[in-house]
Amino acid sequence: MTTKYAETEQRQAAVKHVGRPVDRVDGRAKTTGEARYAAEHRHPGMAHAALVHATVARGRIESLDTEAARAVPGVIEVLTHENAPPMKPAPKRSLLNLSSLASGTTVSYLGTDEVHWNGQPVAVVVAETPEAARHAATLVRVTYRELPAVVDFAAEEPNAVQQKGSMIQPAGGDKGDAAVALAAAPVSVDLRFTTPPHHHNAIEPHATVAVWDGDHLTVHESTQHIAWLRRHLALRFGIPERAIRVLSPYVGGGFGGKYAVWAGTLLAVLAARATARPVRLALTREAVHRTVGARTPTVQRVALGADAGGDLTALIHTSVAMTSRIGGMPEGVVSPSRHLYDAATIHLRQRLVRLDLLANTSMRAPGDSVGSFALESAMDELACELGMDPVELRMRNEPARNPMDGKPFSHRMLREAYEVGAERFGWRERDPGAGSMRDGRWLVGMGVATAYHPSMVMPAAVTVRMDAGGEVVVRCALQEIGVGAATVQAQIAADELGVPLEAVRVEIGDSELPEGPGAGGSAQTASGAEGVLAACRKLKESALALARRSPDSPLRGRRLDDLEARDGGLHHGGDGETYAAILARAGRDHLEAGGRTGMLKFLARALNDRRRWVKAACGAHFCEVRVDQDTGEVRVSRWLGVFDIGRVINAKTAAAQLRGGIVMGIGMALSEASQVDPRTGRIMNPSLAEYHVPVHADVPPIDVQWLDVPDPTMPLGLLGIGEVGITGVAAAVANAVRHATGKRVADLPITLDKLL
Amino acid sequence: MKPFAYVKPADVAGAVRAVSGEPGAKFLGGGTNLVDLMREGVERPDTVVDVTGLPLDTIDELPGGGLRIGALVRNGTLTADERVRARYPVLSQALLAGASAQLRNMATVGGNLLQRTRCPYFYDHAAACNKREPGGGCDALGGLNRSHAVLGVSGSCIAAHPSDMCVALAALDAVIEVESVRGTRRIPMTGFHRLPGDTPEIETELAPDELVTAVELPSAPFAARSRYRKVRDRASYAFALVSVAAALEVRDGAVTAVRLALGGVGAKPWRAHEAERILLGGPAGEESFTRAAEAELAGADVRPGNAFKVHLARATVVATLRELNTGEGTA
Repeated sequence: MTTKYAETEQRQAAVKHVGRPVDRVDGRAKTTGEARYAAEHRHPGMAHAALVHATVARGRIESLDTEAARAVPGVIEVLTHENAPPMKPAPKRSLLNLSSLASGTTVSYLGTDEVHWNGQPVAVVVAETPEAARHAATLVRVTYRELPAVVDFAAEEPNAVQQKGSMIQPAGGDKGDAAVALAAAPVSVDLRFTTPPHHHNAIEPHATVAVWDGDHLTVHESTQHIAWLRRHLALRFGIPERAIRVLSPYVGGGFGGKYAVWAGTLLAVLAARATARPVRLALTREAVHRTVGARTPTVQRVALGADAGGDLTALIHTSVAMTSRIGGMPEGVVSPSRHLYDAATIHLRQRLVRLDLLANTSMRAPGDSVGSFALESAMDELACELGMDPVELRMRNEPARNPMDGKPFSHRMLREAYEVGAERFGWRERDPGAGSMRDGRWLVGMGVATAYHPSMVMPAAVTVRMDAGGEVVVRCALQEIGVGAATVQAQIAADELGVPLEAVRVEIGDSELPEGPGAGGSAQTASGAEGVLAACRKLKESALALARRSPDSPLRGRRLDDLEARDGGLHHGGDGETYAAILARAGRDHLEAGGRTGMLKFLARALNDRRRWVKAACGAHFCEVRVDQDTGEVRVSRWLGVFDIGRVINAKTAAAQLRGGIVMGIGMALSEASQVDPRTGRIMNPSLAEYHVPVHADVPPIDVQWLDVPDPTMPLGLLGIGEVGITGVAAAVANAVRHATGKRVADLPITLDKLL
Repeated sequence: MKPFAYVKPADVAGAVRAVSGEPGAKFLGGGTNLVDLMREGVERPDTVVDVTGLPLDTIDELPGGGLRIGALVRNGTLTADERVRARYPVLSQALLAGASAQLRNMATVGGNLLQRTRCPYFYDHAAACNKREPGGGCDALGGLNRSHAVLGVSGSCIAAHPSDMCVALAALDAVIEVESVRGTRRIPMTGFHRLPGDTPEIETELAPDELVTAVELPSAPFAARSRYRKVRDRASYAFALVSVAAALEVRDGAVTAVRLALGGVGAKPWRAHEAERILLGGPAGEESFTRAAEAELAGADVRPGNAFKVHLARATVVATLRELNTGEGTA
């Protein structure tokens, strides 16, 4: 395969740091508390803000009584729609202006008496202390004229409308006539699945510290997208982007919840402007649930038809998801069914209901996490119907090309992942009979499912500077959301330049730096890598150009492609010299190189790439569960994930991220659900005590393996790993529960009442 | 949180004086529940009387083999006490099944007795709750009620009692010692908590000015063979959907002593008197265990969200008694 990255294999020889389990460069700062997160920044005169949330789903504010709140000692201001300075409207979502996707909602906060969801901020209290602000917020009295609201997702299903597709995300598709094929299939299953809304619940609640200096704004923020945030604030507050500085060097987890801009951020900036004070707004856990969008609930149908040998003749996958009347992202729920199986006929449709709830948003592997639950559960059920091993059924239907359109995969080693996994997990020791395996009072089950997540690259501007002393500084406004963003780019730069890892410092998390991609879509590492590789190459070209000016340089007459970067310089066999020597001779104290990809060039390349390839990370999950014979309690007792994720940059952070995805998937499988009261649209479990993420006792030892074969179309051959880990996990658990008990639970989470 | 006055008396007499005639005063123990509720604005005391300095933090032998547990003994300490582990394993296990290590190290025995429900409508000011605002109505009745009680509930409240410790204490016939300016009195554990009726805001027999000073455990040799089984939505750090505290003594196949109490299903810690009556003197076995559990749950008043608890409670009772009877899983 001839591609832009065909030199990958050749480069591998020079790899020193890439692939190794390198410690995080900021690990010490984080574990000692030296790393400061958004809410930890102090400014002289800083005031604190707290939100007042609407208690009705839809209506108009009839009256607002702020007198008691204002009387609380330390209260500076109570902002409502009656006195707040105006904000400009949110930009309309457009794929031609990707940063328009940063609008969490279209609501004009404190700019209207309209209430659009139960929990919408209707007032902001600013006070000298957070305690005074929060107490005063409870004293604001609001009355509403309620309007009819549509908040019950399940009840709205019959009113769902066809989702519109886009160039980037088609909403449906057909290959042949799947309905006819299903009816004719000798073996078939037809299942209905439901998944509840989920909240990200990053350990760090959203926080903003906003400081105005005249018309210049500084924002300390916990964000997954510095560039979008800055652009969005510029639009909403009517100031140029260059007048805004966003600082976000450390983010305590995001999972998609910090990709868009939500009410808290905007209201902190607004409150700072209105009070002429620096303002900190650190959301409570409840406020995060009430003001930051969540994952849509879904209803899905998956119907599969097969011939007696297990070859799929029909695959039908349809979905209903939500958006809100005030925004929201139509989720690509059936996406896995576009790519996973070589079915003779395929029918895909996505429908939407629009609700008077807070707009939904991306959450780890949007579409693929919930879609894979339905598809991979149905495949397991088909295997039961056929009396066939579920791994064998998958391998029989493993496509050679992308099923919907026949495009080649850039790279796909799912078959190898299953082979390695089955061997390592001891899959052959599984007795296929439901309820056949026991350990005392525990029914034991084993399940598998496929993980799959598309890979992509976003534009990243990167500069690399090297000084005469050999210190290298890489600059790019990446976000460190816990994944090791600076660490992996340092490894890449060290290898590319042939310098020690300790010589490289990576500056991230500041809008003054060259613009980076967001930390989302599993794209940050690959995008950053592409920028770092390009900048390092330019820097080496500059160094070589300097060297070649001198008749004394051993590099005279050499081309960069003939040279090897190592030992702090450029070498050809035994000949070469260090960057320090080149700089010293040229009388220069540093070299700097870098650049950015223009948006049009990026889009053209992305579309061309998309036309040519289907590229994704994938993998095979193997799990073992135990189900209590009396109570139906489910415990996951063993896990293995074998992933095809191209080149791994850092074995330590990669394993952590994949494992984290699996843990989050176990939560999705067994316990996580945001409980929305269907009468009021109000979230009733906005706390970590009642929203059940897995605790340590729920998480078994997780064995993570990868094949480590580079993808020929991606920078360094790496595929994004932020999301693939969670995909398929819920299905693997459901399939293991089916094996243990004979019961197919198609409604997440798999709580014990569904097994009694 | 509403601003409040804070006092820290040095002795019990000073503590009970501090709340006498002060309806807005509240005792503060470990604060693991009260402070949370104050943050949520559910509890709004004018004065907080911090009792953690009082000398009520010892576990002492009672004549005849019982134990007297000071009200300020931390849950973590009580869990680990060798005497409790040997004589009343059900209590140690119940405490260990609750909260987290950090919370157990803060929470006191007295505070645990007064733990308040986790009903989401109780916590949410946007919702109607008779317990939080008497006469306001109950949004749980027709709302999300998967976690709610099925025994002892009323038309004004279906909140479940959240404590694990209290379930074990109910099974062990503990006695609560309380003190006020009027003197000392003793309340049996099974009569300490009240059913909601139409006053769900009144949760115990404790008068507003009374301080819990100790919990007494009577001697109960058969309790050396006892077990607490907690069933919940994750392996740790979650409130019980159903829990069972049980002690069982069987001789020649017949039940000679039994104690049974249920958590997660009752409006209060639920001593299963009816089940005990059926079991005592009868054969120990799957059939009698099932019959006893069913009899106890016959009066269950269920909602769509929590109907499964009847089945789950029956299964958990039977499984727990089976374990005690056969010796499985009692280690």
